[in-house]
Amino acid sequence: MDFHQQLLKPGNVLVADGAMGTMLFKAGLKSGECPELLNLEKPEIPADVARQYFKAGSDIIFTNTFGASPAKLADFGLADKAAKINSEAVRLVRKVVGEKAFIAGSCGPSGKMLQPYGEFEPNELFSSFKIQAEALINAGADIICIETMSDIQEALLALKATRSISASFPVMVTLTYDKTARGFYTYMGIDIDSTIKKLENEGVDVIGSNCGNGFENMVEIAKQFKKLTSIPLLIQANAGQPRLTVDELVYDETPDYFAENARKLIDLGVSIIGGCCGTTPAHISAIRQVIDTYQLTGKT
Amino acid sequence: MELLLQISASLQQGDDSKVHELTSLALQQGHAPEKILSDGLIAGMDIIGKQFRHHEIFLPDVLMAAKAMNAGLDLLKPLLQESGQIGLGKIVIGTVSGDLHDLGKNLVTIMLKGAGFEVIDLGKDVKPSTFVDTAISENATVIGMSALLTTTMPVMKSVVEILHERGLANSIKTIIGGAPLSDEYAREIGADAYAYDAANAVVKIKELMGV
Repeated sequence: MDFHQQLLKPGNVLVADGAMGTMLFKAGLKSGECPELLNLEKPEIPADVARQYFKAGSDIIFTNTFGASPAKLADFGLADKAAKINSEAVRLVRKVVGEKAFIAGSCGPSGKMLQPYGEFEPNELFSSFKIQAEALINAGADIICIETMSDIQEALLALKATRSISASFPVMVTLTYDKTARGFYTYMGIDIDSTIKKLENEGVDVIGSNCGNGFENMVEIAKQFKKLTSIPLLIQANAGQPRLTVDELVYDETPDYFAENARKLIDLGVSIIGGCCGTTPAHISAIRQVIDTYQLTGKT
Repeated sequence: MELLLQISASLQQGDDSKVHELTSLALQQGHAPEKILSDGLIAGMDIIGKQFRHHEIFLPDVLMAAKAMNAGLDLLKPLLQESGQIGLGKIVIGTVSGDLHDLGKNLVTIMLKGAGFEVIDLGKDVKPSTFVDTAISENATVIGMSALLTTTMPVMKSVVEILHERGLANSIKTIIGGAPLSDEYAREIGADAYAYDAANAVVKIKELMGV
């Protein structure tokens, strides 16, 4: 069954995967190193992360390509390796999951500011995203996920770049919001209402939010999205706000807490549930169990 | 509206050509450069800082205001330098080595310049010795360090240690900032201050310098 059919099957809720970055650091990635270069130099590490999430019950596995747009790789002097890094990322996940899970090609922010705030021209970022999306799609990704965006213009450029390759290829877009006294906004000042208005007309298949928030805020964000749009919703919460101990970051939200909140998201009608920073295969497994119960009994 | 207030208002709207034009007009009319800086540009930037902290405005507005600030500052700087008034103090700033996240640091730099400080921005991936050596050679009294990655935070501790080793901890103060950091962490590594956001960094650095 293809992704569109799965997504639109009544009562179906899909499980995404959990964190990539925090898992890679646990596996030995050093700070200052390019996480995506592992796809070429130590492919067994991202492959093992994919295997753990697949075993935990993810229906959708994300590629280790969050920072693999040429614009972002340029920080490491690796822009010319972008196509290879992206296509290897898809291949290594495909080896693990075969046809039993969807592969979402992750496209994170370029880290560059568009004019007039910054120095980048729209067509530079468009070309950068197009190179990345093209490599991911050609290597066999099932979905493109434009994620963790704060600037809606950048999200739109990435979406249009993907659409310029294929008008019907499944695309998901997620933004990251901060809770303020005036509601949820990205740091570029985009609220949920304007997120939806800007993306709705561009033919996005799935919309939603990841990162930046623990589950309590994410349930609130999901409620607001559901009030304003019928586009299928993707929610990936952090395992809480990171807390610093002497030398490491700790995320406090447990798999049980995730299960409890996953029920709330199902009741709200969220289509895809996963995790972001600090989540582990145990969190994903907890979400899987809740969804399995729901699909067997129709109850959360 | 009074001219200096107009400068402040145009800065808040992020209108750089208007700020340039009005600053030039104010000079022609005989306003003192330091008065234009404090009651026009800095006054406007203070309001921007407050609104940003209260989430009434967002990063794009701050960046546009900063551009407008620079448009006015470009005219005033030579005059202020001539009269020996080059602002509130000198700060060396950078994202610590191993860390390439410089958005927060850039924002702090803008806010500090806007508030009238002279800022030497060392960019990202800055080594501990570079922070200290630059502060000495530039005669700066504050070192500002930013980190997003927890793994790069120990670099901040090294900077504090080098300052102590060289007996400079009293003359050069340290301030840290970045998502994973806290007051507690600053105390733990012996840094003089922690700022939770860019506007707060300005407040804290003013305290450190006693201005």
